[in-house]
Amino acid sequence: MNDLTPNSLRAWPDARGRFGDYGGRFVAETLMPLILELEAAYRTAKADPAFQVELDYYLKHYVGRPSALWHAKRLSDDLGGAKIYFKREDLNHTGAHKINNCIGQILLAKRMGKTRIIAETGAGQHGVATATVCALFNLPCTIYMGAVDVERQKPNVFRMKLLGAEVVPVSSGAATLKDAMNDALRDWVANVHDTFYIIGTAAGPHPYPELVRDFQCIIGNEAREQLMEAEGRLPDVAIAAVGGGSNAIGLFHPFLDEPTVRLIGVEAAGKGMETHEHAASLNKGRPGVLHGNRTYLLQDEDGQILEAHSISAGLDYPGIGPEHSWLHDIKRVDYVGVTDDEALAAFQLCSRLEGIIPALESAHAIAHVVKLAPTLGQDKIILLNLSGRGDKDIFSVAKHLGTEI
Amino acid sequence: MSRIAGVFAALRQEGRGALIPFVEAYDPDRETSLLLLRGMAEKGADIIEIGMPFTDPMADGPTIQAAGRRGLLAGATLKGLLGLVHEFRRENRHTPLVLMGYLNPICSYGVKRFCEDAAHAGVDGLIIVDLPPEEADLVLPDAQAHGLDVIRLIAPTTSDTRLKQVLAGSSGFVYYVSITGITGTRTASAADLARDIPRIRAATDLPIAVGFGVRTPEQAATVVAHADAAIVASVLIETLCKENAEAVLRDVRALAEGVKAVHKAA
Repeated sequence: MNDLTPNSLRAWPDARGRFGDYGGRFVAETLMPLILELEAAYRTAKADPAFQVELDYYLKHYVGRPSALWHAKRLSDDLGGAKIYFKREDLNHTGAHKINNCIGQILLAKRMGKTRIIAETGAGQHGVATATVCALFNLPCTIYMGAVDVERQKPNVFRMKLLGAEVVPVSSGAATLKDAMNDALRDWVANVHDTFYIIGTAAGPHPYPELVRDFQCIIGNEAREQLMEAEGRLPDVAIAAVGGGSNAIGLFHPFLDEPTVRLIGVEAAGKGMETHEHAASLNKGRPGVLHGNRTYLLQDEDGQILEAHSISAGLDYPGIGPEHSWLHDIKRVDYVGVTDDEALAAFQLCSRLEGIIPALESAHAIAHVVKLAPTLGQDKIILLNLSGRGDKDIFSVAKHLGTEI
Repeated sequence: MSRIAGVFAALRQEGRGALIPFVEAYDPDRETSLLLLRGMAEKGADIIEIGMPFTDPMADGPTIQAAGRRGLLAGATLKGLLGLVHEFRRENRHTPLVLMGYLNPICSYGVKRFCEDAAHAGVDGLIIVDLPPEEADLVLPDAQAHGLDVIRLIAPTTSDTRLKQVLAGSSGFVYYVSITGITGTRTASAADLARDIPRIRAATDLPIAVGFGVRTPEQAATVVAHADAAIVASVLIETLCKENAEAVLRDVRALAEGVKAVHKAA
């Protein structure tokens, strides 16, 4: 990123791993040397053209990139406003954007000589992507997953096991993504010598937020190029769902320095922002320190972390990647909320109008487009990150709709 | 001289090591914690470590995780915990108290105000697990301004070069996490300690305490034969769960005897 201007919003983090006041490296001393080793390895890899060549090879031939940019004409017509484009990350191998990052991190793990992989997962998409690359690269793999998520994401649990991963259900706390991350960190502390932790979102201690973002930027870079080809211009709005925020930062980052592109992150408002059952850390939380970084968190007045709630397991997390916290503070990105019910409605609408069953995570972004598109003229363009496919969600959606499969 | 430095200086004169038992605040209630603090000081604890409950204790094993949950259920807050320290200090001015926990509750309380209130209540030192030297400027100035020792963790993964950085700004004692792992799981062997402790000793004059996995009087004795203090936590919480506070104090006495049996060169 040497060609960036001094005022570029794309030049972060700083040497301490900070995005403004957010980020950093808040981990136990046992892990600190590893984090530094990872950072050094990443710097070397990033500067090595051979690493990029290898990464590109797997992204093209294994993941199936570039992913399509789809003009969602029926949805656009139905909403009667802006022209809507989907960046089809659901078409990637394993069905979501998560694999972009997993390929990058496992290539790093290999360079570092690590022989065992661990990961946390919420919806199971990151777990499946990690198990997939571990099968491909022949490395043993342990996935930590909240016991509640194991229950609501059964197909993905089975997939991970088929791929040869060990899935460890975590029953501490609310038994969801936050708790899975705690146990993955505990495993890492106990197995520092041979283990690489593939974090699934753009959060955690530095350098994870940076490297996950870099591996996910392919989403925004491709979309930008594809849209220039299709429309000859940049979008007016780029929109993505945010849990930890990896698909969103991957879409947004290449547009950060384009002032004409409005960026919107959609948080899970669960049963409503006014209730206590949501996952809207930016809108309803305040800054604190968890899982190695300083960022916005859902917490009580004593600094104890609150449980998040969302119908979407992938958004069910009380924190958010630190770069989003900074982008929220400087108001470069607007962060809005979408409820469980709105996401469910958008899930069905997209399925019927476009023949695309979106992940519940992505359905949150679609739900906001449903509100926004009619307010914009037909000459406006919305770029939406369809971050994953919804096959994994059909059982829980059926349950919410009162249908038995 | 700080209360912690005073205790180690006196023990050096006596030619013995220190026992540092652990109490998770409010586990299972405030009264039990107060009883344990008072009882431990009587039964031979040289310093006491108090755990500050946190919802997400990422360096702790199942035992301390559960203790923290019980503490939170019993209504533990940092304010309540400092009140507990204050009450203990009314009767005991000599036993150093060290708080161990995670950064977020302290940030939420306000770092400056927390250091001020903690010092005022009679706290002597802080161990903040998720505050490595790289981020220490967040707490160090306020802690030092109020005479609180900032006790740093050193791990088997800490290199010699890094050791210097970790020790800069440390005071009171250093806490050697003797295994790579979480609390209450594995135990370092005598051979491990014989290899690791001299490496730290060469880098600092501060007393060295060893924790993580120290369970029996024999293990505590092995620890103080190499280092200066043994920290015992998870096993005491297990005893509290299975038996009661009296049984914990019985075990503290036995641990203290194990530590005292080791004579060290003054």
